[in-house]
Amino acid sequence: MITDERKRTWRLISSIGLLLLLLLGCQPAGGETAAPTEVSAVTGATAAPEAATLNVFAAASLSDAFNEIGAAFSAANPGATVVFNFAGSNQLATQITEGAPADVFASANAAQMEVAVASGRIDAGAAQQFVTNRLVVVTPADNPAGITTLQDLATPDTLLVLAAEEVPVGRYSLEFLDLAAADAAFDSGFKEAVLANVVSYEENVRSVLNKVALGEADAGIVYTSDLVGVEGVTALEIPDALNVVAQYPIAPLNDSAQPELAAAFVEWVLSDAGQAILGNYGFGPSSGQ
Amino acid sequence: MRALFGSKATRRPPVRHRPEPWWALSLPLLAFLALPLLGLLFYSSPEELWANLARPEVRTAVGLSLRTSTWATLAAVLLGTPLAYLLARREFRGRLLLDNLIDLPIVLPPAVAGLALLLVFGRRGWVGAPLDALGLRITFTQLAVVMAQTFIAVPLFVRAAVIGFAAVEPELEDAAAIDGANGWQVFRRISLPLARRSLLTGVALAWARALGEFGATIIFAGNFPGRTQTMPLAIYLGFEMELGVAVGLSVILVGCSFVVLLLIKLVFGRAIWRNSRP
Repeated sequence: MITDERKRTWRLISSIGLLLLLLLGCQPAGGETAAPTEVSAVTGATAAPEAATLNVFAAASLSDAFNEIGAAFSAANPGATVVFNFAGSNQLATQITEGAPADVFASANAAQMEVAVASGRIDAGAAQQFVTNRLVVVTPADNPAGITTLQDLATPDTLLVLAAEEVPVGRYSLEFLDLAAADAAFDSGFKEAVLANVVSYEENVRSVLNKVALGEADAGIVYTSDLVGVEGVTALEIPDALNVVAQYPIAPLNDSAQPELAAAFVEWVLSDAGQAILGNYGFGPSSGQ
Repeated sequence: MRALFGSKATRRPPVRHRPEPWWALSLPLLAFLALPLLGLLFYSSPEELWANLARPEVRTAVGLSLRTSTWATLAAVLLGTPLAYLLARREFRGRLLLDNLIDLPIVLPPAVAGLALLLVFGRRGWVGAPLDALGLRITFTQLAVVMAQTFIAVPLFVRAAVIGFAAVEPELEDAAAIDGANGWQVFRRISLPLARRSLLTGVALAWARALGEFGATIIFAGNFPGRTQTMPLAIYLGFEMELGVAVGLSVILVGCSFVVLLLIKLVFGRAIWRNSRP
């Protein structure tokens, strides 16, 4: 009886152990950097210099464009592997402040870059604007609420989803509403009327877009860069005078283990090739330093 | 499990006058669990903590969380008890599959649960679309919060209830039936009271799980202060903006869960653990 039980116990333990081994075996080997989300493979280089890993912390909205830039950069710099950490700019700035290993920081707004500068790991004046992003109103393709003008956002019983004020795009959305309310073409109560229609303040811009694409909301406000390759939504442009243009700054960290490579990456992003890739993903050219 | 490990332990007489290695071996885990919680508690000074807790948005989130998680637990008990009884008492085709289905929400990432709920109960979903035609909407409402919490928490209740019902001697139920009790009376007078400890454990676990629910809620119910922003959502968004608020809410969440679980164990209790020994 006891041996029987012991046998069963061992069988249980060994099967759990086997399962664990299997699961662990599925993990990609050799990930020694903190919080990597995307590893672009080192392309077959003939005479690679010493292998170097570049940790790039980039705003979530940059993910698609930067993945492509990372692959192109690795191809142009044999031996260099770019590891991306994509997250909200505020989270990235916190991680940098807390000492996370990073070589380059690309933020979706100036405020979070300033947080990183305040931590002392980025030199004041090192940040350069590299790209802009604009707000756009989206509706589901079948447009159930019949929204054809920006004024329609204030129609009662429209289900509106915005990003939360805590994320940059949410703050920009409110700024747009302020600008519109002050504009002669809009009612002075425009902002209040629109906010009364809000059913949810989503935690990031992607979930705003998804709620609209799924038809749960009648309209939402996102970045133009979010719309690339997305189906099921229609865009309603916000004119320049009312639009809030987000400036994205990028900077190398001053304690980077690969300062040359970090500088080269920043340069690559600012180059014509880098800007062309960013343009393909819906970003606008930077308006200067 | 009980038969596997318990019977051996009972066979051995209690050992005295020997240093207990189990305490030393348990210490790493206890430290690992307790230290982060203490870190939360001592992050802010008591005054700061109090000031953050007194903020209206914090109080709104706390109230909403307590309300919705209680409704979700109620729903879990009402909807879960019949199924648990069925699983404990009846053999039928597909029982294993049904049993597995019930466990699924425990292992699924809550975001998947939220998405699944959204696709069915959303405005274009199988259930949501006909309701929308009637002018009824579930997404972005408090009902959606309760549904998300129920979806995630109900397996914990059902799991515990099945164990409770299965432990009731069928002979007792049969005897009552022979004495003329109908099916409902047998359930009400025999099975339910005898299984109550497991049921209460299930209630406590389901309630605590519902209180902490985040992923399914934010996807299915969205985030609107006072309507769908529960404590975990406010903590997450607070982390993006104001660490102090996030920490304050976290302390309440930990405190609430700890106190409720403890109360249930003390009041109904002691027995829960005593009961689990052979």
